[in-house]
Amino acid sequence: MGIATESQFHVLAVDDSLIDRTLIEKLLKISSYQVTTVDSGSKALEFLGLRENDQSDPNSPSVSPNNHQEVEVNLIITDYCMPGMTGYDLLKKIKESSSLRNIPVVIMSSENEPSRISRCLEEGAEEFFLKPVRLADLNRLRPHMMKTKLKDQIQEVQEKIENPEVQQQLHQLQNENDQQQTPQEQQQLSLPQANNHKRKTMEQGPAPEADRTRPRYNDIATVV
Amino acid sequence: MIGMLGREYLKLFYKQDEGEGEVAGVFKYQAKTGLPLWMLGLGADRLWADMNRLLAFLFHQGILDEQFLQLQQLQDETSPNFVSEVVNIYFHESEKLLRNLRGLLMERELSDYKKMGIHLNQFMGSSSSIGAKRVRNVCVAFRAATEQNNRAGCLRALEMLEQEYCYLKSKLHELFQIEQQRALAAGVRYPAQN
Repeated sequence: MGIATESQFHVLAVDDSLIDRTLIEKLLKISSYQVTTVDSGSKALEFLGLRENDQSDPNSPSVSPNNHQEVEVNLIITDYCMPGMTGYDLLKKIKESSSLRNIPVVIMSSENEPSRISRCLEEGAEEFFLKPVRLADLNRLRPHMMKTKLKDQIQEVQEKIENPEVQQQLHQLQNENDQQQTPQEQQQLSLPQANNHKRKTMEQGPAPEADRTRPRYNDIATVV
Repeated sequence: MIGMLGREYLKLFYKQDEGEGEVAGVFKYQAKTGLPLWMLGLGADRLWADMNRLLAFLFHQGILDEQFLQLQQLQDETSPNFVSEVVNIYFHESEKLLRNLRGLLMERELSDYKKMGIHLNQFMGSSSSIGAKRVRNVCVAFRAATEQNNRAGCLRALEMLEQEYCYLKSKLHELFQIEQQRALAAGVRYPAQN
């Protein structure tokens, strides 16, 4: 199982100004993102499946049972100055939510206020864009979305590997390889491990993925 | 293409005067046939020059800034009228804001300067989003006057704001009209036969 092919990223844009919503939607679409726009922080939370009064208790599930975040959101971009819930308030609520805190958040503002900027960055915003937002600014978004997606995929792979059934298959494969290869070649094939403590049993042998994607060394093995 | 153009269209662009090259606003027409240039397929280049000249003027005067160019760059085949759509939203919102501002300032009792400030923030934001530099700058001055509860200053600023806005609107209308004609002229391949 390799890295999945890149599907479209979905961005949630939050702004109370109709003009700015129109603009950011166009900018995002041109950059090949899927876009949803809402005009307030509370509507944003609703869309994300988070009810406002849930987040106060860290132990209670923060996602309402009916909407288990059916729509995946890869990034939230929000205006700072909004009536009611500001972009900063929204940012805080997202970072306080166990289900949403991993979604990267970007703040937009027409005011170039250093204290505002640092406050947002401290609270966990990935970027702070000055309005009017340009097309070039959006190029800075992709790395944040990719980083999160990559993290999710790595976690997925690790969870798969920890599956007892998969473990059994891995052991089988490892035994087969052990019989056919010299210790030297075994070393060459072992992949760099992201979290070594989880792969203690696999240190010597090649990863199962390697068997399917790499050429089989047994065929061209040189015998010392 | 010509068939699509009905009586109404001709009435819009046709001007019943003698003389060659007389300009009805930006509608140039040929004296011989009395038809507007774009219908003769001759005007495309001239109209393009007119549009660029107007844009250059607007930038030079500081009426528009770079952000307007950014808007134009967002216009493509999937949204061929993007700029005029956004600008029309801007007109609609701005006129509402101006009415609100005038209403707040004309109040017999104490004027709500804070509310004015909120409207002005909105106006500033939308103006900067479409590149309306001069309008935005007047909003900044207006906002300063509200922060000082300076009624006279606010009245002056409001007048200036209304003036600047009207001027901007008329210039943008002009720009869109030229653009419309140019698009038509570019689409016309054969002169009218009648």
